[in-house]
Amino acid sequence: MGEPLRVVVAKPGLDGHDRGAKVVARALRDAGHEVIYTGLRRSAQQIVDTVRDEDARFLGLSSLSGAHGHLFPKVCELLRAGGLNDVIVFGGGIIPEDDRQALFDCKIRAIFGPGTPTSEILEFIQTSHAMDDAGIGQGSDWHWDLGQ
Amino acid sequence: MRDLIQDAAKGDRRSLARTLSALENRTIELAEVFEIIEPVEPAENVWQSLAITGAPGVGKSCLLDGLLTHWARAGLRVALLAVDPSSPRSGGALLGDRVRMTVVDDQDLKENIYLRSIATRKASGSVPLIVADMTQFLLAIGWDRVVIETVGAGQAEVRCAAIADRILVVEGPARGDGVQAEKAGLLELADAVIVNKCDLPGAEQHAGELRESYELGAGASPPVLLTSALHGTGIEDAASMLLALDASGRSERARWRERLLAHHERKILEAPQLDVLLEKLAAGSMTLDDVIRSIGANEHV
Repeated sequence: MGEPLRVVVAKPGLDGHDRGAKVVARALRDAGHEVIYTGLRRSAQQIVDTVRDEDARFLGLSSLSGAHGHLFPKVCELLRAGGLNDVIVFGGGIIPEDDRQALFDCKIRAIFGPGTPTSEILEFIQTSHAMDDAGIGQGSDWHWDLGQ
Repeated sequence: MRDLIQDAAKGDRRSLARTLSALENRTIELAEVFEIIEPVEPAENVWQSLAITGAPGVGKSCLLDGLLTHWARAGLRVALLAVDPSSPRSGGALLGDRVRMTVVDDQDLKENIYLRSIATRKASGSVPLIVADMTQFLLAIGWDRVVIETVGAGQAEVRCAAIADRILVVEGPARGDGVQAEKAGLLELADAVIVNKCDLPGAEQHAGELRESYELGAGASPPVLLTSALHGTGIEDAASMLLALDASGRSERARWRERLLAHHERKILEAPQLDVLLEKLAAGSMTLDDVIRSIGANEHV
């Protein structure tokens, strides 16, 4: 592996729980990546500005508030509008099974719930980074299947 | 790459971020960038880069948020390069300086502020030397000032003098007894000192001790100000005081010493034959002096 990958870990919306986001940030750090943590309660636009200014390859969104169905697609839309098409987006938190397909349809490439081993998230990072069309505005319909 | 750099010079933020990554990853050299764009002429008699340093937890990020807000409101375009440490074990880093920065979220000010988090990677010291190139690039494409927030190392952290025009040291209240203020090190190179958290006991006393210590020394004393970043006390005065600092001033010789050392270290770390030389050192077939000569000789080829 060459240079460290830059990953933004963000907490969109009104949600004060960031234990999960911090665990993911820590696992990515320990795997040799550079993690930019946004802090709590960010708007979709603030998150997209951060991804742009920090030149991140990945964006991880965490939500436990139930508003993922609104916030995640909004972030994806703004990323595409800003021309950040090659950024790879993944999500986590409390995301019911029934809601996931809609997020995959927005080209979010993985959803990780409670209990996911951090090793699986790292595998996802490596796999998707090696693809050349897994970005938020790119062609692939691929998404990560849990326990794959 | 040419398009990217030209777009960055025209003000496209994504291209700016990507060019900085290219510089950081050494996929492009600053000299190549300057073949593509014409650097913007700097304003006269003002400093262009300011390093802000001080122990972890004294409130550097929070204070900077206040200072940047004032400068952005005054119409200055300021870039902040915020450095956090890389893990010596994994090489990874958790870059958390954005958490305390509210100015980048301000709809009216965010166009005037660029914030980039930087990990120290393999660099020794609290500021990787590549930050000097990133600073030059930002100034060249028209940012008025570049502020470098260091990791926040201890008293001996003087390497930032190699990179920035001016140095601001941030202290907290009750940082040991009066003897701490007499110790040699970073405080000698400071162009200004801010004692933050002045709402807590001990801040005024510490500021007094610092002023006394400076008065005992030769030459002009740097200003020592009190602020409370949390409550916004003294921030406006500090923001104007810092802007009014001369473009050059204290301790020029000491600064050039740091720059020379930093330059030397960078030459060594960037030498293409470094790995081979380290092997030879480990095997005992070369001495340290041989290695220094070998790297030095390569420079003239």
